[in-house]
Amino acid sequence: MTEARDLNSGAQPVVIEAKGLDLTFRTNDGPVQALSNVDLDIRKGDFVSFIGPSGCGKTTFLRVVAALEAPTGGTVTVNGMTPDEARRARAYGYVFQAAGLYPWRTIGRNVKLPLEIMGYAREEQDRRMKDVLQLVDLEGFEKKYPWQLSGGMQQRASIARALAFDADILLMDEPFGALDEIVRDHLNEQLLSLWNRTGKTIGFVTHSIPEAVYLSTRIVVMSPRPGRITDIIESPLPRERPLDIRDTAAFIEVAHRVREGLRAGHDDTV
Amino acid sequence: MSLTGPLAAPGAGTGRSGRVGLMLRGMGRTAGPVLAVVAALFVIWYAAAVWMNSQWTLDQAARADRTVTFSEIVADTLNQDRPKLPAPHQVAVELYDTVLDKPVTSRRSLVFHAWITLSATLTGFAIGTVLGMLLAVGIVHNRAMDMSVMPWAIASQTIPILAIAPMIIVVLNSVGVQGLLPKAIISAYLSFFPVVVGMVSGLRSPETQQLDLMKTYSASDGQVFWKLRLPASMPYLFASLKVAIAASLVGAIVGELPTGAVRGLGARLLSGSYYGQTVQIWSALLMAAACAAAMVGIVGLIQRVVLRRMGMER
Repeated sequence: MTEARDLNSGAQPVVIEAKGLDLTFRTNDGPVQALSNVDLDIRKGDFVSFIGPSGCGKTTFLRVVAALEAPTGGTVTVNGMTPDEARRARAYGYVFQAAGLYPWRTIGRNVKLPLEIMGYAREEQDRRMKDVLQLVDLEGFEKKYPWQLSGGMQQRASIARALAFDADILLMDEPFGALDEIVRDHLNEQLLSLWNRTGKTIGFVTHSIPEAVYLSTRIVVMSPRPGRITDIIESPLPRERPLDIRDTAAFIEVAHRVREGLRAGHDDTV
Repeated sequence: MSLTGPLAAPGAGTGRSGRVGLMLRGMGRTAGPVLAVVAALFVIWYAAAVWMNSQWTLDQAARADRTVTFSEIVADTLNQDRPKLPAPHQVAVELYDTVLDKPVTSRRSLVFHAWITLSATLTGFAIGTVLGMLLAVGIVHNRAMDMSVMPWAIASQTIPILAIAPMIIVVLNSVGVQGLLPKAIISAYLSFFPVVVGMVSGLRSPETQQLDLMKTYSASDGQVFWKLRLPASMPYLFASLKVAIAASLVGAIVGELPTGAVRGLGARLLSGSYYGQTVQIWSALLMAAACAAAMVGIVGLIQRVVLRRMGMER
Protein backbone atom coordinates (compact mmCIF):
# COMPACT_ATOMS: atom_id res chain seq x y z
CA MET A 1 0.00 0.00 0.00
CA THR A 2 2.60 2.46 1.08
CA GLU A 3 4.97 2.46 -1.83
CA ALA A 4 2.47 3.70 -4.43
CA ARG A 5 1.19 6.41 -2.12
CA ASP A 6 4.61 7.63 -1.25
CA LEU A 7 5.45 7.89 -4.90
CA ASN A 8 2.40 9.97 -5.65
CA SER A 9 2.06 12.22 -2.67
CA GLY A 10 5.74 12.65 -1.96
CA ALA A 11 8.58 14.41 -3.66
CA GLN A 12 7.48 13.96 -7.28
CA PRO A 13 7.05 17.31 -9.04
CA VAL A 14 3.69 18.42 -10.43
CA VAL A 15 3.62 18.10 -14.23
CA ILE A 16 0.04 19.10 -14.98
CA GLU A 17 -1.58 21.78 -12.90
CA ALA A 18 -5.12 23.09 -13.45
CA LYS A 19 -6.51 25.98 -11.41
CA GLY A 20 -10.13 27.15 -11.60
CA LEU A 21 -10.43 25.82 -15.11
CA ASP A 22 -13.61 26.85 -16.97
CA LEU A 23 -14.65 26.04 -20.51
CA THR A 24 -17.94 27.09 -22.05
CA PHE A 25 -18.81 25.93 -25.58
CA ARG A 26 -21.08 28.14 -27.63
CA THR A 27 -23.60 25.95 -29.42
CA ASN A 28 -26.79 26.63 -31.33
CA ASP A 29 -28.74 25.67 -28.23
CA GLY A 30 -26.94 28.23 -26.14
CA PRO A 31 -23.77 27.97 -24.05
CA VAL A 32 -22.76 24.59 -22.63
CA GLN A 33 -20.46 24.57 -19.64
CA ALA A 34 -18.14 21.66 -20.31
CA LEU A 35 -15.77 22.41 -17.42
CA SER A 36 -16.52 24.34 -14.28
CA ASN A 37 -13.90 25.39 -11.75
CA VAL A 38 -11.65 22.37 -12.18
CA ASP A 39 -8.64 22.20 -9.87
CA LEU A 40 -6.23 19.32 -10.31
CA ASP A 41 -2.56 18.53 -9.86
CA ILE A 42 -1.00 15.59 -11.62
CA ARG A 43 2.42 14.54 -10.38
CA LYS A 44 5.20 12.95 -12.34
CA GLY A 45 4.69 9.20 -12.69
CA ASP A 46 1.01 9.35 -11.76
CA PHE A 47 -1.55 7.24 -13.57
CA VAL A 48 -4.66 9.37 -13.35
CA SER A 49 -7.99 8.14 -14.65
CA PHE A 50 -10.92 10.39 -15.42
CA ILE A 51 -14.26 8.70 -15.07
CA GLY A 52 -17.82 9.96 -15.39
CA PRO A 53 -20.88 9.85 -17.60
CA SER A 54 -20.75 11.39 -21.07
CA GLY A 55 -20.83 15.18 -20.98
CA CYS A 56 -18.91 15.37 -17.70
CA GLY A 57 -15.93 17.04 -19.39
CA LYS A 58 -13.38 14.26 -18.96
CA THR A 59 -12.37 14.28 -22.62
CA THR A 60 -12.58 18.06 -22.72
CA PHE A 61 -10.14 18.30 -19.82
CA LEU A 62 -7.66 16.11 -21.66
CA ARG A 63 -8.10 18.18 -24.83
CA VAL A 64 -7.44 21.38 -22.88
CA VAL A 65 -4.23 19.90 -21.51
CA ALA A 66 -3.29 18.97 -25.09
CA ALA A 67 -4.10 22.50 -26.36
CA LEU A 68 -6.78 21.09 -28.64
CA GLU A 69 -9.31 23.31 -26.83
CA ALA A 70 -8.73 26.69 -25.22
CA PRO A 71 -10.19 27.25 -21.75
CA THR A 72 -12.48 30.23 -21.22
CA GLY A 73 -11.29 30.74 -17.66
CA GLY A 74 -8.65 29.60 -15.20
CA THR A 75 -5.17 28.35 -15.99
CA VAL A 76 -3.51 25.10 -16.86
CA THR A 77 0.19 24.44 -17.08
CA VAL A 78 2.05 21.43 -18.41
CA ASN A 79 5.64 21.08 -17.21
CA GLY A 80 5.30 24.71 -16.10
CA MET A 81 4.45 25.86 -19.64
CA THR A 82 1.19 26.77 -21.34
CA PRO A 83 -0.40 23.83 -23.15
CA ASP A 84 0.59 25.39 -26.49
CA GLU A 85 4.23 25.70 -25.51
CA ALA A 86 4.18 22.23 -24.02
CA ARG A 87 2.86 20.83 -27.28
CA ARG A 88 5.63 22.48 -29.24
CA ALA A 89 8.09 21.13 -26.69
CA ARG A 90 6.63 17.65 -27.41
CA ALA A 91 5.65 17.19 -23.80
CA TYR A 92 2.90 14.69 -24.50
CA GLY A 93 1.69 11.94 -26.79
CA TYR A 94 -2.03 11.68 -27.41
CA VAL A 95 -3.95 8.45 -27.98
CA PHE A 96 -7.43 8.85 -29.40
CA GLN A 97 -10.55 6.79 -28.96
CA ALA A 98 -10.13 5.17 -32.37
CA ALA A 99 -6.70 3.95 -33.37
CA GLY A 100 -6.85 6.35 -36.33
CA LEU A 101 -3.92 4.78 -38.16
CA TYR A 102 -3.51 6.13 -41.68
CA PRO A 103 -4.64 3.31 -43.97
CA TRP A 104 -2.07 4.14 -46.66
CA ARG A 105 0.83 3.73 -44.26
CA THR A 106 2.20 0.48 -42.93
CA ILE A 107 2.30 0.05 -39.15
CA GLY A 108 5.98 1.00 -39.17
CA ARG A 109 5.38 4.15 -41.20
CA ASN A 110 2.38 5.06 -39.04
CA VAL A 111 4.62 4.94 -35.99
CA LYS A 112 7.20 7.03 -37.85
CA LEU A 113 4.63 9.71 -38.78
CA PRO A 114 5.32 11.97 -35.78
CA LEU A 115 9.06 11.39 -36.18
CA GLU A 116 8.95 12.48 -39.84
CA ILE A 117 6.99 15.58 -38.89
CA MET A 118 9.37 16.42 -36.07
CA GLY A 119 12.34 15.99 -38.38
CA TYR A 120 14.17 13.03 -36.85
CA ALA A 121 16.99 11.53 -38.91
CA ARG A 122 16.09 8.43 -40.88
CA GLU A 123 18.16 5.94 -38.85
CA GLU A 124 16.79 7.44 -35.65
CA GLN A 125 13.25 7.01 -36.99
CA ASP A 126 13.91 3.34 -37.72
CA ARG A 127 15.50 2.73 -34.36
CA ARG A 128 12.70 4.38 -32.40
CA MET A 129 10.01 2.68 -34.46
CA LYS A 130 11.52 -0.74 -33.71
CA ASP A 131 11.88 0.14 -30.03
CA VAL A 132 8.31 1.26 -29.45
CA LEU A 133 6.82 -1.56 -31.50
CA GLN A 134 8.68 -3.92 -29.22
CA LEU A 135 7.33 -2.01 -26.22
CA VAL A 136 3.75 -2.73 -27.32
CA ASP A 137 4.51 -6.30 -28.43
CA LEU A 138 4.17 -5.64 -32.15
CA GLU A 139 7.68 -6.43 -33.35
CA GLY A 140 7.61 -7.95 -36.81
CA PHE A 141 4.40 -6.17 -37.79
CA GLU A 142 5.95 -3.00 -39.20
CA LYS A 143 5.39 -4.01 -42.83
CA LYS A 144 1.69 -4.82 -42.32
CA TYR A 145 -1.08 -2.43 -43.22
CA PRO A 146 -3.58 -1.42 -40.51
CA TRP A 147 -6.41 -3.47 -42.03
CA GLN A 148 -4.30 -6.60 -41.61
CA LEU A 149 -4.31 -6.14 -37.83
CA SER A 150 -7.05 -6.75 -35.27
CA GLY A 151 -8.64 -3.81 -33.47
CA GLY A 152 -6.59 -4.43 -30.35
CA MET A 153 -3.33 -4.56 -32.30
CA GLN A 154 -4.26 -1.36 -34.13
CA GLN A 155 -4.81 0.40 -30.83
CA ARG A 156 -1.45 -0.88 -29.58
CA ALA A 157 0.15 0.51 -32.74
CA SER A 158 -1.46 3.87 -32.03
CA ILE A 159 -0.01 3.79 -28.51
CA ALA A 160 3.40 3.03 -30.02
CA ARG A 161 2.94 6.03 -32.30
CA ALA A 162 2.25 8.24 -29.26
CA LEU A 163 5.33 6.86 -27.50
CA ALA A 164 7.68 7.19 -30.46
CA PHE A 165 8.94 10.68 -29.76
CA ASP A 166 9.52 9.98 -26.10
CA ALA A 167 7.16 12.45 -24.48
CA ASP A 168 6.97 12.16 -20.69
CA ILE A 169 3.20 12.48 -20.63
CA LEU A 170 0.75 10.15 -22.29
CA LEU A 171 -2.82 11.41 -22.69
CA MET A 172 -5.28 8.65 -23.54
CA ASP A 173 -8.90 9.31 -24.44
CA GLU A 174 -10.91 6.10 -23.99
CA PRO A 175 -8.32 4.20 -25.98
CA PHE A 176 -9.85 0.79 -25.34
CA GLY A 177 -13.50 1.85 -25.41
CA ALA A 178 -14.26 0.14 -28.71
CA LEU A 179 -12.61 -3.20 -27.86
CA ASP A 180 -14.17 -6.30 -26.38
CA GLU A 181 -13.55 -7.09 -22.76
CA ILE A 182 -10.96 -9.82 -23.19
CA VAL A 183 -8.79 -7.74 -25.49
CA ARG A 184 -9.26 -4.81 -23.16
CA ASP A 185 -8.08 -6.78 -20.13
CA HIS A 186 -5.01 -7.83 -22.02
CA LEU A 187 -4.21 -4.30 -23.12
CA ASN A 188 -4.79 -2.93 -19.61
CA GLU A 189 -2.24 -5.38 -18.30
CA GLN A 190 0.24 -4.40 -21.01
CA LEU A 191 -0.36 -0.72 -20.42
CA LEU A 192 0.37 -1.09 -16.71
CA SER A 193 3.61 -2.89 -17.36
CA LEU A 194 4.57 -0.27 -19.95
CA TRP A 195 3.86 2.47 -17.42
CA ASN A 196 5.96 0.64 -14.83
CA ARG A 197 8.88 0.26 -17.20
CA THR A 198 8.83 3.79 -18.63
CA GLY A 199 7.76 5.86 -15.63
CA LYS A 200 5.52 8.03 -17.82
CA THR A 201 2.77 10.22 -16.47
CA ILE A 202 -0.55 9.03 -17.85
CA GLY A 203 -3.91 10.77 -18.07
CA PHE A 204 -6.54 8.22 -19.01
CA VAL A 205 -10.20 8.82 -19.82
CA THR A 206 -12.59 5.90 -19.40
CA HIS A 207 -16.12 5.11 -18.43
CA SER A 208 -15.34 1.67 -17.10
CA ILE A 209 -15.06 1.52 -13.32
CA PRO A 210 -12.96 -1.70 -13.21
CA GLU A 211 -10.60 -0.29 -15.82
CA ALA A 212 -10.14 2.95 -13.87
CA VAL A 213 -9.54 1.16 -10.58
CA TYR A 214 -7.23 -1.44 -12.06
CA LEU A 215 -5.00 1.06 -13.82
CA SER A 216 -4.86 4.18 -11.71
CA THR A 217 -2.91 5.60 -8.86
CA ARG A 218 -5.58 8.29 -8.68
CA ILE A 219 -9.14 8.28 -9.94
CA VAL A 220 -10.84 11.56 -10.76
CA VAL A 221 -14.63 11.19 -10.62
CA MET A 222 -16.49 13.77 -12.67
CA SER A 223 -20.13 14.66 -13.25
CA PRO A 224 -21.93 16.59 -15.95
CA ARG A 225 -23.92 19.83 -16.34
CA PRO A 226 -21.68 21.59 -15.57
CA GLY A 227 -18.67 19.29 -15.98
CA ARG A 228 -16.80 19.22 -12.69
CA ILE A 229 -14.74 17.06 -10.35
CA THR A 230 -16.81 15.46 -7.60
CA ASP A 231 -14.20 13.18 -6.02
CA ILE A 232 -10.51 12.37 -6.27
CA ILE A 233 -9.61 8.91 -4.99
CA GLU A 234 -6.06 7.91 -4.13
CA SER A 235 -5.71 4.24 -4.87
CA PRO A 236 -4.27 2.10 -2.06
CA LEU A 237 -3.36 -0.65 -4.55
CA PRO A 238 0.33 -1.43 -5.11
CA ARG A 239 2.10 -0.53 -8.35
CA GLU A 240 2.47 -4.17 -9.31
CA ARG A 241 -1.01 -5.35 -10.20
CA PRO A 242 -1.76 -8.81 -11.53
CA LEU A 243 -5.18 -9.12 -13.19
CA ASP A 244 -6.60 -11.07 -10.23
CA ILE A 245 -6.06 -8.09 -7.97
CA ARG A 246 -9.57 -7.25 -9.10
CA ASP A 247 -10.94 -9.92 -6.80
CA THR A 248 -9.30 -8.47 -3.67
CA ALA A 249 -11.22 -6.59 -1.01
CA ALA A 250 -9.13 -3.45 -1.49
CA PHE A 251 -9.98 -3.35 -5.19
CA ILE A 252 -13.67 -3.85 -4.56
CA GLU A 253 -13.64 -1.13 -1.95
CA VAL A 254 -12.11 1.40 -4.33
CA ALA A 255 -14.55 0.40 -7.05
CA HIS A 256 -17.37 0.89 -4.59
CA ARG A 257 -16.17 4.37 -3.73
CA VAL A 258 -15.97 5.29 -7.41
CA ARG A 259 -19.48 4.02 -7.96
CA GLU A 260 -20.73 6.03 -4.99
CA GLY A 261 -19.02 9.13 -6.35
CA LEU A 262 -20.62 8.62 -9.75
CA ARG A 263 -24.02 8.11 -8.19
CA ALA A 264 -23.72 11.23 -6.03
CA GLY A 265 -22.77 13.32 -9.06
CA HIS A 266 -25.68 11.85 -10.93
CA ASP A 267 -28.20 12.57 -8.15
CA ASP A 268 -27.15 16.22 -8.05
CA THR A 269 -28.28 16.83 -11.55
CA VAL A 270 -31.40 14.74 -11.95
CA MET B 1 -18.34 -15.36 -20.98
CA SER B 2 -18.07 -17.30 -24.14
CA LEU B 3 -15.24 -18.60 -26.23
CA THR B 4 -14.30 -15.26 -27.73
CA GLY B 5 -10.55 -15.22 -28.09
CA PRO B 6 -8.45 -12.64 -29.91
CA LEU B 7 -10.13 -13.83 -33.10
CA ALA B 8 -13.24 -11.98 -32.01
CA ALA B 9 -11.38 -8.70 -32.24
CA PRO B 10 -12.61 -6.52 -35.09
CA GLY B 11 -10.63 -7.10 -38.23
CA ALA B 12 -9.01 -10.36 -37.13
CA GLY B 13 -9.57 -13.06 -39.68
CA THR B 14 -9.87 -10.70 -42.65
CA GLY B 15 -7.65 -11.99 -45.39
CA ARG B 16 -7.03 -11.87 -49.06
CA SER B 17 -7.88 -15.40 -50.06
CA GLY B 18 -11.62 -15.16 -49.48
CA ARG B 19 -11.91 -11.98 -51.48
CA VAL B 20 -10.38 -13.29 -54.65
CA GLY B 21 -12.71 -16.25 -54.55
CA LEU B 22 -15.68 -13.97 -54.04
CA MET B 23 -14.65 -11.80 -56.98
CA LEU B 24 -14.32 -14.76 -59.35
CA ARG B 25 -17.65 -16.12 -58.27
CA GLY B 26 -19.08 -12.63 -58.75
CA MET B 27 -17.83 -12.47 -62.32
CA GLY B 28 -19.38 -15.84 -63.13
CA ARG B 29 -22.63 -14.62 -61.75
CA THR B 30 -22.63 -11.35 -63.70
CA ALA B 31 -21.59 -12.78 -67.09
CA GLY B 32 -25.02 -14.35 -67.69
CA PRO B 33 -27.08 -11.21 -67.03
CA VAL B 34 -24.65 -9.06 -69.03
CA LEU B 35 -24.93 -11.35 -72.07
CA ALA B 36 -28.71 -11.41 -71.71
CA VAL B 37 -28.85 -7.61 -71.75
CA VAL B 38 -26.59 -7.44 -74.82
CA ALA B 39 -28.75 -10.00 -76.62
CA ALA B 40 -31.90 -8.06 -75.75
CA LEU B 41 -30.32 -4.86 -77.09
CA PHE B 42 -29.52 -6.56 -80.43
CA VAL B 43 -33.09 -7.86 -80.73
CA ILE B 44 -34.50 -4.39 -80.05
CA TRP B 45 -31.99 -2.82 -82.47
CA TYR B 46 -32.91 -5.20 -85.30
CA ALA B 47 -36.64 -4.78 -84.65
CA ALA B 48 -36.27 -1.00 -84.61
CA ALA B 49 -34.25 -1.09 -87.85
CA VAL B 50 -36.98 -3.07 -89.60
CA TRP B 51 -39.68 -0.77 -88.29
CA MET B 52 -37.92 2.54 -88.97
CA ASN B 53 -36.59 1.64 -92.41
CA SER B 54 -39.78 -0.05 -93.66
CA GLN B 55 -41.35 3.21 -94.82
CA TRP B 56 -38.66 3.63 -97.50
CA THR B 57 -39.10 0.02 -98.62
CA LEU B 58 -42.87 0.44 -98.87
CA ASP B 59 -42.54 3.77 -100.74
CA GLN B 60 -40.16 2.22 -103.26
CA ALA B 61 -42.52 -0.72 -103.75
CA ALA B 62 -45.50 1.62 -104.20
CA ARG B 63 -43.58 3.61 -106.79
CA ALA B 64 -42.73 0.42 -108.66
CA ASP B 65 -46.36 -0.53 -108.29
CA ARG B 66 -45.83 -3.88 -106.65
CA THR B 67 -46.57 -5.44 -103.30
CA VAL B 68 -43.91 -6.78 -100.98
CA THR B 69 -44.07 -9.66 -98.51
CA PHE B 70 -42.94 -9.29 -94.91
CA SER B 71 -39.78 -11.27 -95.52
CA GLU B 72 -38.90 -8.98 -98.44
CA ILE B 73 -39.44 -5.98 -96.16
CA VAL B 74 -37.15 -7.45 -93.56
CA ALA B 75 -34.49 -8.33 -96.10
CA ASP B 76 -34.59 -4.84 -97.62
CA THR B 77 -34.75 -2.83 -94.40
CA LEU B 78 -31.61 -4.47 -93.06
CA ASN B 79 -29.54 -3.73 -96.16
CA GLN B 80 -30.40 -0.21 -97.32
CA ASP B 81 -27.65 2.18 -98.39
CA ARG B 82 -28.90 5.08 -96.33
CA PRO B 83 -31.14 3.59 -93.69
CA LYS B 84 -32.70 5.76 -91.02
CA LEU B 85 -31.33 3.26 -88.56
CA PRO B 86 -28.57 0.98 -89.85
CA ALA B 87 -28.68 -2.64 -88.72
CA PRO B 88 -25.93 -3.88 -86.38
CA HIS B 89 -24.27 -5.99 -89.06
CA GLN B 90 -24.03 -2.99 -91.42
CA VAL B 91 -22.25 -1.02 -88.70
CA ALA B 92 -20.04 -4.03 -88.00
CA VAL B 93 -19.03 -4.27 -91.67
CA GLU B 94 -18.32 -0.54 -91.82
CA LEU B 95 -16.26 -0.76 -88.62
CA TYR B 96 -14.32 -3.71 -90.02
CA ASP B 97 -13.64 -1.83 -93.25
CA THR B 98 -12.57 1.41 -91.66
CA VAL B 99 -10.69 0.03 -88.68
CA LEU B 100 -8.94 -3.08 -89.94
CA ASP B 101 -8.96 -2.79 -93.73
CA LYS B 102 -7.53 0.70 -94.20
CA PRO B 103 -3.99 1.88 -93.48
CA VAL B 104 -4.09 3.88 -90.26
CA THR B 105 -2.63 6.92 -92.00
CA SER B 106 -5.52 7.08 -94.48
CA ARG B 107 -8.28 9.64 -94.15
CA ARG B 108 -10.71 6.77 -94.55
CA SER B 109 -9.39 4.91 -91.53
CA LEU B 110 -11.47 5.29 -88.38
CA VAL B 111 -8.34 4.61 -86.35
CA PHE B 112 -6.79 7.72 -87.89
CA HIS B 113 -9.81 9.83 -86.93
CA ALA B 114 -10.05 8.30 -83.47
CA TRP B 115 -6.39 9.13 -82.84
CA ILE B 116 -6.97 12.76 -83.86
CA THR B 117 -9.77 13.01 -81.34
CA LEU B 118 -7.97 11.03 -78.65
CA SER B 119 -4.88 13.21 -78.79
CA ALA B 120 -7.05 16.28 -78.14
CA THR B 121 -8.94 14.34 -75.45
CA LEU B 122 -5.83 13.29 -73.58
CA THR B 123 -4.24 16.74 -73.82
CA GLY B 124 -7.46 18.31 -72.54
CA PHE B 125 -7.76 15.71 -69.82
CA ALA B 126 -4.23 16.46 -68.62
CA ILE B 127 -4.90 20.21 -68.60
CA GLY B 128 -8.26 19.74 -66.87
CA THR B 129 -6.84 17.41 -64.24
CA VAL B 130 -3.95 19.70 -63.34
CA LEU B 131 -6.23 22.74 -63.32
CA GLY B 132 -8.87 20.93 -61.25
CA MET B 133 -6.33 19.73 -58.69
CA LEU B 134 -4.76 23.18 -58.35
CA LEU B 135 -8.16 24.80 -57.89
CA ALA B 136 -9.10 22.19 -55.28
CA VAL B 137 -5.90 22.80 -53.33
CA GLY B 138 -6.63 26.53 -53.44
CA ILE B 139 -10.23 26.05 -52.35
CA VAL B 140 -9.25 23.91 -49.39
CA HIS B 141 -6.45 26.16 -48.18
CA ASN B 142 -7.68 29.64 -48.98
CA ARG B 143 -10.88 31.02 -47.58
CA ALA B 144 -11.33 33.61 -50.31
CA MET B 145 -11.01 30.93 -52.99
CA ASP B 146 -13.34 28.67 -51.05
CA MET B 147 -16.03 31.35 -51.16
CA SER B 148 -15.45 32.49 -54.73
CA VAL B 149 -14.23 29.69 -57.00
CA MET B 150 -16.88 27.02 -56.54
CA PRO B 151 -19.87 29.12 -57.66
CA TRP B 152 -17.98 30.06 -60.84
CA ALA B 153 -16.99 26.48 -61.47
CA ILE B 154 -20.60 25.40 -61.16
CA ALA B 155 -21.80 28.27 -63.33
CA SER B 156 -19.27 27.32 -66.01
CA GLN B 157 -20.87 23.90 -66.29
CA THR B 158 -24.41 25.23 -66.69
CA ILE B 159 -23.49 26.88 -70.00
CA PRO B 160 -24.16 24.45 -72.86
CA ILE B 161 -20.81 23.35 -74.24
CA LEU B 162 -22.27 23.54 -77.76
CA ALA B 163 -22.80 27.26 -77.24
CA ILE B 164 -19.39 28.07 -75.91
CA ALA B 165 -17.27 25.73 -78.06
CA PRO B 166 -17.53 27.81 -81.29
CA MET B 167 -16.57 30.94 -79.38
CA ILE B 168 -13.49 29.33 -77.88
CA ILE B 169 -12.46 28.16 -81.34
CA VAL B 170 -13.07 31.54 -82.97
CA VAL B 171 -11.32 33.50 -80.22
CA LEU B 172 -8.29 31.21 -80.21
CA ASN B 173 -8.19 31.19 -84.00
CA SER B 174 -8.05 34.99 -84.02
CA VAL B 175 -4.91 34.88 -81.89
CA GLY B 176 -3.42 32.26 -84.14
CA VAL B 177 -4.04 29.11 -82.11
CA GLN B 178 -5.41 26.30 -84.21
CA GLY B 179 -5.50 22.55 -84.45
CA LEU B 180 -5.28 20.40 -81.36
CA LEU B 181 -5.11 23.05 -78.66
CA PRO B 182 -8.55 24.67 -79.04
CA LYS B 183 -10.19 21.22 -78.89
CA ALA B 184 -8.08 20.31 -75.88
CA ILE B 185 -9.19 23.48 -74.13
CA ILE B 186 -12.83 22.58 -74.67
CA SER B 187 -12.02 19.13 -73.27
CA ALA B 188 -10.34 20.70 -70.27
CA TYR B 189 -13.34 23.00 -69.79
CA LEU B 190 -15.54 19.94 -69.30
CA SER B 191 -13.09 17.77 -67.39
CA PHE B 192 -11.72 20.14 -64.74
CA PHE B 193 -15.08 20.31 -62.99
CA PRO B 194 -15.47 16.72 -61.74
CA VAL B 195 -11.81 16.84 -60.68
CA VAL B 196 -12.37 19.99 -58.61
CA VAL B 197 -15.47 18.57 -56.94
CA GLY B 198 -13.93 15.16 -56.22
CA MET B 199 -10.59 16.54 -55.10
CA VAL B 200 -12.17 19.08 -52.75
CA SER B 201 -14.20 16.35 -51.04
CA GLY B 202 -11.10 14.17 -50.95
CA LEU B 203 -8.87 16.82 -49.42
CA ARG B 204 -11.58 17.48 -46.84
CA SER B 205 -12.19 13.79 -46.15
CA PRO B 206 -9.81 13.36 -43.16
CA GLU B 207 -11.76 13.11 -39.94
CA THR B 208 -11.44 15.58 -37.08
CA GLN B 209 -9.48 13.02 -35.13
CA GLN B 210 -6.89 12.56 -37.89
CA LEU B 211 -6.49 16.34 -38.10
CA ASP B 212 -6.28 16.63 -34.30
CA LEU B 213 -3.52 14.04 -34.35
CA MET B 214 -1.52 16.25 -36.72
CA LYS B 215 -2.19 19.18 -34.42
CA THR B 216 -0.75 17.31 -31.44
CA TYR B 217 2.47 16.97 -33.46
CA SER B 218 2.37 20.73 -34.21
CA ALA B 219 2.45 19.81 -37.92
CA SER B 220 2.55 22.63 -40.47
CA ASP B 221 -0.15 23.09 -43.12
CA GLY B 222 2.25 21.72 -45.70
CA GLN B 223 2.88 18.58 -43.67
CA VAL B 224 -0.85 18.08 -43.11
CA PHE B 225 -1.34 18.40 -46.87
CA TRP B 226 1.40 16.00 -47.99
CA LYS B 227 1.06 13.43 -45.24
CA LEU B 228 -2.70 13.43 -44.66
CA ARG B 229 -4.94 15.35 -47.05
CA LEU B 230 -3.31 14.34 -50.33
CA PRO B 231 -3.10 10.58 -49.68
CA ALA B 232 -6.61 10.61 -48.20
CA SER B 233 -7.93 12.25 -51.37
CA MET B 234 -6.64 9.59 -53.80
CA PRO B 235 -9.78 7.39 -53.92
CA TYR B 236 -11.88 10.51 -54.52
CA LEU B 237 -9.50 11.77 -57.20
CA PHE B 238 -9.65 8.53 -59.17
CA ALA B 239 -13.43 8.36 -59.00
CA SER B 240 -13.64 11.83 -60.51
CA LEU B 241 -10.92 11.12 -63.08
CA LYS B 242 -13.15 8.41 -64.56
CA VAL B 243 -15.93 10.95 -65.03
CA ALA B 244 -13.47 13.55 -66.28
CA ILE B 245 -11.90 11.44 -69.00
CA ALA B 246 -15.30 10.57 -70.47
CA ALA B 247 -16.24 14.26 -70.36
CA SER B 248 -12.94 15.08 -72.09
CA LEU B 249 -13.87 12.88 -75.03
CA VAL B 250 -17.24 14.58 -75.36
CA GLY B 251 -15.45 17.93 -75.28
CA ALA B 252 -12.99 16.96 -78.01
CA ILE B 253 -15.78 15.67 -80.28
CA VAL B 254 -17.90 18.76 -79.72
CA GLY B 255 -14.80 20.86 -80.42
CA GLU B 256 -14.55 19.28 -83.86
CA LEU B 257 -18.11 20.11 -84.87
CA PRO B 258 -18.18 23.93 -85.23
CA THR B 259 -14.97 24.21 -87.25
CA GLY B 260 -16.18 21.96 -90.00
CA ALA B 261 -13.11 19.92 -89.23
CA VAL B 262 -12.22 17.22 -91.70
CA ARG B 263 -10.34 15.04 -89.26
CA GLY B 264 -11.49 13.40 -86.04
CA LEU B 265 -14.52 11.46 -84.84
CA GLY B 266 -16.53 14.67 -84.62
CA ALA B 267 -15.73 15.38 -88.26
CA ARG B 268 -16.93 11.89 -89.19
CA LEU B 269 -20.19 12.51 -87.35
CA LEU B 270 -20.59 15.85 -89.06
CA SER B 271 -19.86 14.68 -92.60
CA GLY B 272 -22.01 11.61 -92.02
CA SER B 273 -24.96 13.80 -91.16
CA TYR B 274 -24.32 16.12 -94.14
CA TYR B 275 -24.49 13.28 -96.58
CA GLY B 276 -27.02 11.07 -94.81
CA GLN B 277 -24.35 8.43 -94.17
CA THR B 278 -26.01 6.92 -91.14
CA VAL B 279 -23.78 3.86 -91.20
CA GLN B 280 -20.75 6.14 -90.94
CA ILE B 281 -22.34 8.08 -88.08
CA TRP B 282 -23.11 4.96 -86.14
CA SER B 283 -19.71 3.46 -86.58
CA ALA B 284 -18.11 6.73 -85.43
CA LEU B 285 -20.43 6.71 -82.41
CA LEU B 286 -19.47 3.15 -81.55
CA MET B 287 -15.81 4.01 -81.99
CA ALA B 288 -16.23 6.94 -79.61
CA ALA B 289 -18.00 4.70 -77.09
CA ALA B 290 -15.24 2.11 -77.35
CA CYS B 291 -12.58 4.80 -76.83
CA ALA B 292 -14.42 6.13 -73.78
CA ALA B 293 -14.81 2.64 -72.33
CA ALA B 294 -11.13 1.89 -72.93
CA MET B 295 -9.96 5.14 -71.32
CA VAL B 296 -12.23 4.72 -68.29
CA GLY B 297 -10.95 1.17 -68.04
CA ILE B 298 -7.33 2.31 -68.13
CA VAL B 299 -7.98 4.94 -65.44
CA GLY B 300 -9.65 2.20 -63.37
CA LEU B 301 -6.61 -0.02 -63.83
CA ILE B 302 -4.23 2.76 -62.74
CA GLN B 303 -6.54 3.38 -59.78
CA ARG B 304 -6.29 -0.23 -58.67
CA VAL B 305 -2.53 -0.35 -59.04
CA VAL B 306 -1.96 2.96 -57.22
CA LEU B 307 -4.41 2.30 -54.38
CA ARG B 308 -3.09 -1.21 -53.92
CA ARG B 309 0.47 0.05 -53.73
CA MET B 310 -0.72 2.59 -51.16
CA GLY B 311 -2.31 -0.25 -49.21
CA MET B 312 -5.75 1.33 -49.54
CA GLU B 313 -7.28 -1.43 -51.61
CA ARG B 314 -7.12 -5.01 -50.47
